[in-house]
Amino acid sequence: MSESNNHDPNQMTGAAMIVRALKDHGVEHIFGYPGGAVLPIYDEIFQQDDVEHILVRHEQGAGHAAEGYARSTGKPGVVLVTSGPGATNMVTPLTDALMDSIPLVCITGQVPTHLIGNDAFQECDTVGITRPCTKHNWLVRDVNDLARVLHEAFYVATSGRPGPVVVDVPKDVQFATGTYHPPQKTDVHVSYMPRVKGDPEQIRKAVALLTTAKRPVIYSGGGVVNSGPDASRLLRELVAETGFPITSTLMGLGAYPASGRNWLGMLGMHGTYEANMAMHDCDVMLCVGARFDDRITGRTDAFSPGSKKIHIDIDPSSINKNIRVDVPIIGDVANVLGDLLAAFKASGKQPKIDPWWFEIGRWRARNSLAYRRNDDVIMPQHAIQRLFELTRGRDTYITTEVGQHQMWAAQFFGFEEPHRWMTSGGLGTMGYGLPAALGVQVAHRDSLVIDIAGDASVQMTMQEMSTAVQYDLPIKIFILNNQYMGMVRQWQQLLHGNRLSHSYSEALPDFVKLADAFGCVGFRVSKPGDLDGAIEDMIKVRKPVLFDCNVAALENCFPMIPSGKAHNEMLLPAEANDDATAKAFAGGKALV
Amino acid sequence: MNQPASAYFMEDRHDPNETHTLSVLVQNEPGVLARVIGLFSGRGYNIESLTVSETEHARHMSRITIVTTGTPMVIQQIKHQLDRMIPVYQVVDMTLTGRSIERELAMVKVKGSGDQRIEAMRLAEVFRARVVDATNESFVFEITGGTSKIDQFVSLMVPIGLVEVSRTGVAAISRGPEGM
Ligand SMILES: Cc1cc2nc3c(=O)[nH]c(=O)nc-3n(C[C@H](O)[C@H](O)[C@H](O)COP(=O)(O)OP(=O)(O)OC[C@H]3O[C@@H](n4cnc5c(N)ncnc54)[C@H](O)[C@@H]3O)c2cc1C
Ligand SMILES: Cc1ncc(C[n+]2csc(CCOP(=O)(O)OP(=O)(O)O)c2C)c(N)n1
Repeated sequence: MSESNNHDPNQMTGAAMIVRALKDHGVEHIFGYPGGAVLPIYDEIFQQDDVEHILVRHEQGAGHAAEGYARSTGKPGVVLVTSGPGATNMVTPLTDALMDSIPLVCITGQVPTHLIGNDAFQECDTVGITRPCTKHNWLVRDVNDLARVLHEAFYVATSGRPGPVVVDVPKDVQFATGTYHPPQKTDVHVSYMPRVKGDPEQIRKAVALLTTAKRPVIYSGGGVVNSGPDASRLLRELVAETGFPITSTLMGLGAYPASGRNWLGMLGMHGTYEANMAMHDCDVMLCVGARFDDRITGRTDAFSPGSKKIHIDIDPSSINKNIRVDVPIIGDVANVLGDLLAAFKASGKQPKIDPWWFEIGRWRARNSLAYRRNDDVIMPQHAIQRLFELTRGRDTYITTEVGQHQMWAAQFFGFEEPHRWMTSGGLGTMGYGLPAALGVQVAHRDSLVIDIAGDASVQMTMQEMSTAVQYDLPIKIFILNNQYMGMVRQWQQLLHGNRLSHSYSEALPDFVKLADAFGCVGFRVSKPGDLDGAIEDMIKVRKPVLFDCNVAALENCFPMIPSGKAHNEMLLPAEANDDATAKAFAGGKALV
Repeated sequence: MNQPASAYFMEDRHDPNETHTLSVLVQNEPGVLARVIGLFSGRGYNIESLTVSETEHARHMSRITIVTTGTPMVIQQIKHQLDRMIPVYQVVDMTLTGRSIERELAMVKVKGSGDQRIEAMRLAEVFRARVVDATNESFVFEITGGTSKIDQFVSLMVPIGLVEVSRTGVAAISRGPEGM
């Protein structure tokens, strides 16, 4: 694209290198927002058709859209934003992607090199600000370093434990001409070599534990999804081969199908009784690509006290961080599971665990996800169940915002495949789901993409409906409207003497009119009898939709492990009357 | 189990703290020290001492020596967290290898007259400290040694008339023929 030199096609401007590198890395879509410090790059984008640019309405939207894109495709999401406010608006999605191990490559414009440090117009210390919220970042001061840094950036973002990276490019470097080189093997960071293959000795120890287990459980997580399709396939094979029960974190849903016989449901604070009891009482725990998050462990000193723990993770810092494990295996899930499975088969041993399944059956019978049915108001759980039933068999992707609706979605929407479920787990970012849906839809134009939202969360990035309209992205925003920040209210009810401080959604907009104003389609439903028809209509609409589903306002999310309690002290919905709740949550004044 | 009602599980940990010296080989690229320091402050780890200097110019490599304290689990986390940083080549726990030499250099300024001066010189000799500056009423001593030796020397100088101390922090290296 650069006309500067006819002899050497690799001579080009920094801006041209950026677009060229995107093509060389197979990038088809980027999400961004222009500004002074990136105009040379926008000029290059204008003059080509290989990379499609999606113009968002706020840089945070670009970041979450890229996250949704990445999670649903397994490819890195790419973002382009300007210096100063463009970069600072990216801090939330970068942090979100870091917590949830999502590969993002974010290119930021910077003021010209000679002005850096001068408080120039729209200057900020982008690499300083984003250092703690990226896997790595670079400020490129010389156009001849740009190609190498861009290739390194893609390598670092996507290899090992994936994560977000930032490449900050001053405007003079975008204008300067230098030499580009296509990606080559040496464009890996010299000091970064993640370990992929598991230590055979550790795998042998793991198999010895697995073959002699009496009460085993597989606890899988987001790392299985990160690792790719082979990992999910091998996980399923392992479950079939061993006959072991399996649970998953919020981030790992879909790696093992929810319809699978051995599925216990999600574990953790709002997980099922059977999953948490199995974790508590097991004798061998096989953790596959999960990180013993505090939503999972509860009290760490009472966490699964009698078990030997095997932990497969590509990041050594995830091992022994919260919970001491007996057999750590550092490596990529797919790679390690392949070896583990082969060794398990070779052992010729089949653990007998019928009594364990019998016990699990008793826990299952407690029906921990039960809720009161109601013929007059729509119960939020029922709404998710209907959404699930009516979209079954379709090519569906689900994103969520953060709150009760997110937990209900995790509990009641059954995922059969990985990459179908996009949610902000680690950071818990309200406003994630709508732009994430946008990103998913960009990657999967003909699929049904639904954001299961809350009335408060959805207002955080609502402006992106305009993006959906512009690019003809028929995302469906399914709002469980309870007129509260339900999750906050739940904690206030349980922990703060029912003082509902600022958790009521005052002055809610009319979502149907809002849909109209954006040029999308609005639905409102408040009667259980109208729900199915409206959902079916929503699915048929080939336009973006805001679906205002008015649900029971005061419903709370159970089961729940009260703070400071162990897994076997769960509060089940049937028992969550006022007395039991007061007892379970008895304590002093809240600190958090 | 009487924790305050909270969205977090809070528990006290009572593992005893240990002090470890870590040698960290890094790619000497802009911001690498900021990354390391940011890791410690961001995750609430302690830094007792930190020294850094380029050690291999041709390969752009620097060596950072960090003295830190924490429970065994925290120390392990610190090592893993350092190791996963992109510009970090290698982290060696010099305390675990047990065969390392640790040295610090300090310059100690002392002010005094008469007997105090004589006493200062006498102690300096015992500690093998060198005089690198002197006036009628002051000395600057240069002393190298382990942290505790320097601590001891400095505390002996207090009653004599300690003015100020400048210390380099700990540098560490293993014994024997092998490198990191
Ligand atoms: C309101 C709210 C409530 C929540 N309640 C719950 C709950 O009840 N239950 C629940 O489960 N979660 C819950 N969460 C989510 C929770 O906060 C964590 O995000 C989640 O539990 C972490 O999932 P994970 O352990 O699978 O880890 P991830 O964050 O997905 O981390 C993946 C792990 O796998 C490793 N890894 C990555 N790639 C690979 C690879 N290729 N090979 C090997 N290892 C790899 C990584 O190093 C990391 O250790 C809640 C979140 C919110 C916002
Ligand atoms: C950006 C951000 N700010 C604050 C919070 C804290 N928070 C967690 S859940 C929640 C309420 C969510 O309300 P809503 O979207 O209506 O969902 P509901 O819980 O009612 O389903 C809040 C404020 C957060 N997670 N993210």
